[in-house]
Amino acid sequence: MAQISSDNHGLRLIVRYTVLSLIALIFIFPLVFMIMSSFKPDQQLLQDTKSFAAFLPVGDISLNNYFDAFKRAPVGLFVLNSVIVTGVTVLLSLLVCSLAGFAFVFIDWRGRELVLTAILATLIVPFETIAIPLLLIASKLPWISMDGLTFGWLNSYQVQIVPFVADGLTIFLFVQYFKDLPGELIEAARVEGASWWQVYRKVVMPLAGPVLATAAILKFLAMYNQYLWPLMVVQEETYRPVMVGLQYFFQLNRAWGEIMAYLSLITVPVLAFYLFLQRAFIASIASTGVKG
Amino acid sequence: MASKFTRSNSAGWLMAGPAAFLMALFVVVPFLFAILLSFTNQRLVSPNPTEFTGLANYQQLLGVGMITLDPERDAEGVIVREANGSPAYPRLRDLTRNNPDHPELDGLREWFSFQVGDSRTYVLARDVVFMKALGNTLVFVLIVAPVQGGLALVLALLINQKLRGINLFRAIYFMPVVVSIVVVSLLWRFIYDGNSGLLNNLLSALTFGAFPRIDWLGNPSTALGAIIAMSIWQAVGFHMVIWLSGLQTISPTLYEAASVEGASPWQTFRYVTWPGLRNTAVLVLIVITMQAFALFSQIDVMTNGGPLDATQTIVFQAVERGYGKQDISGGSTISVILFILVLSISLLQRWLTRDKR
Repeated sequence: MAQISSDNHGLRLIVRYTVLSLIALIFIFPLVFMIMSSFKPDQQLLQDTKSFAAFLPVGDISLNNYFDAFKRAPVGLFVLNSVIVTGVTVLLSLLVCSLAGFAFVFIDWRGRELVLTAILATLIVPFETIAIPLLLIASKLPWISMDGLTFGWLNSYQVQIVPFVADGLTIFLFVQYFKDLPGELIEAARVEGASWWQVYRKVVMPLAGPVLATAAILKFLAMYNQYLWPLMVVQEETYRPVMVGLQYFFQLNRAWGEIMAYLSLITVPVLAFYLFLQRAFIASIASTGVKG
Repeated sequence: MASKFTRSNSAGWLMAGPAAFLMALFVVVPFLFAILLSFTNQRLVSPNPTEFTGLANYQQLLGVGMITLDPERDAEGVIVREANGSPAYPRLRDLTRNNPDHPELDGLREWFSFQVGDSRTYVLARDVVFMKALGNTLVFVLIVAPVQGGLALVLALLINQKLRGINLFRAIYFMPVVVSIVVVSLLWRFIYDGNSGLLNNLLSALTFGAFPRIDWLGNPSTALGAIIAMSIWQAVGFHMVIWLSGLQTISPTLYEAASVEGASPWQTFRYVTWPGLRNTAVLVLIVITMQAFALFSQIDVMTNGGPLDATQTIVFQAVERGYGKQDISGGSTISVILFILVLSISLLQRWLTRDKR
């Protein structure tokens, strides 16, 4: 860093903070607008966009939009569906992908290199390029339920969960992390007679906290925000997640206050969660950038 | 660390098996299926058996042609002119519909045209909407990849200073990334609104009412630009963080050395920072490109491909046909074309940014 004389140091600091703050405004204003508008009646909401009142909790403030949103659509059901789909997928994905990562790094088995290469190769296949044939496959797959054997997964929880349990990125994250663990530890446990399952549960997983957090956060964001897939495979309200549920608020009359209330309702908890675990969120994105 | 204690085929397959099976069923099979289906006439539900149709789907989507027309002349050879003074040309429709002189143009429609001297050249396509989708997606990728990557780097450099409270700014810049693109798109519909939109109100206030109100998403010349700006706003924080992690791998001693040598900030960036970011740059570019090619949600929520197909995209077309019209083979063909595009552009980027040593 260059030497800075003390009297222009203060000025420089002010300039720096001003620049940083102006940029911050660009990123934050739509979200502030969303939350503030969710408390305002439509007419005032539109009137307020002409001034700074758009970003302030002023005028006729109430929770009416939230009540009306719940009346217009089964909002609670949509939230529940999203929580089920996201929660189950995250948990299954952590289990399945960590097991696979464990096998790829610590166990010496025939076919290991080939299978790992194939899985990593899928990283260059965007989901959008397989969505259409996957739709055809999902419409024919068998499922066993209370009604016995049925065919076709459309309109269900499993169609939103099972295809996303294993993915290349999550397996890659576990492989990268496990590689840095001391291999002697695992071999020592084996020499002492521990089974593979015991090594996984008692030796490796207790050390896997950071990668579990990373994988969980990335999966959570991807699943909760998913749109294209549920749009195609879920037509029935019973299984509809929050992002697809938005359509309700766009049919017939366009009540902006209610839309803002719904958007706030499905976004603010995630934002709060993010602000609370900010470092972990950012670290998880950063770790996808560490090249193997 | 091969020893009898770490070797076990059964344990390996048992533990990697579930993931391998799921990935095979839900990624590899659909991927191969897409290729296979693109050579058929498969529909989601159909009473007729599926038939092998060869390259018909590709010809239907990618068929293009070109014809240059000379203006009509009267008996003396003078150019016939329309009421507005422009030369009159033979009707295109007469040439592309069952015209025995031009069998190669049959079924094509006008995509765009341009004028050279008195003659007019028409570029024709069998599927004009898909061609527009292809063009829009390429424009989107070509603008978003460098602009978003560049802005993300600028933000990362700003955030990489040692200042009190810098983590707060980093958290704010990253915030839109955790918000669903569907939510963001709906919010920005309100910002871009032609009447009470925040953007129009802001521009009008800054110019004391001189700036005309624009329906940003309803105007074919601004709609794609509006979506580009919003997409960059939403995702730039993601790549800022990737650049940041790259910046933090550069050794501080290099900066100290540059400082001792009396390097200017630009020289420090050019000769210390940038060379240290080579791998990060390749990754950022490829990730943005892959995400940009997948453009769908913004379109579905904001414009539905309109106005006048100005925001049609490849994935939007794939979904509209594969799901909307239940034309699985047509949608699959578009998917395959998309994959080939993504793959070749990623390989090209990797080649262009290779280590030149």
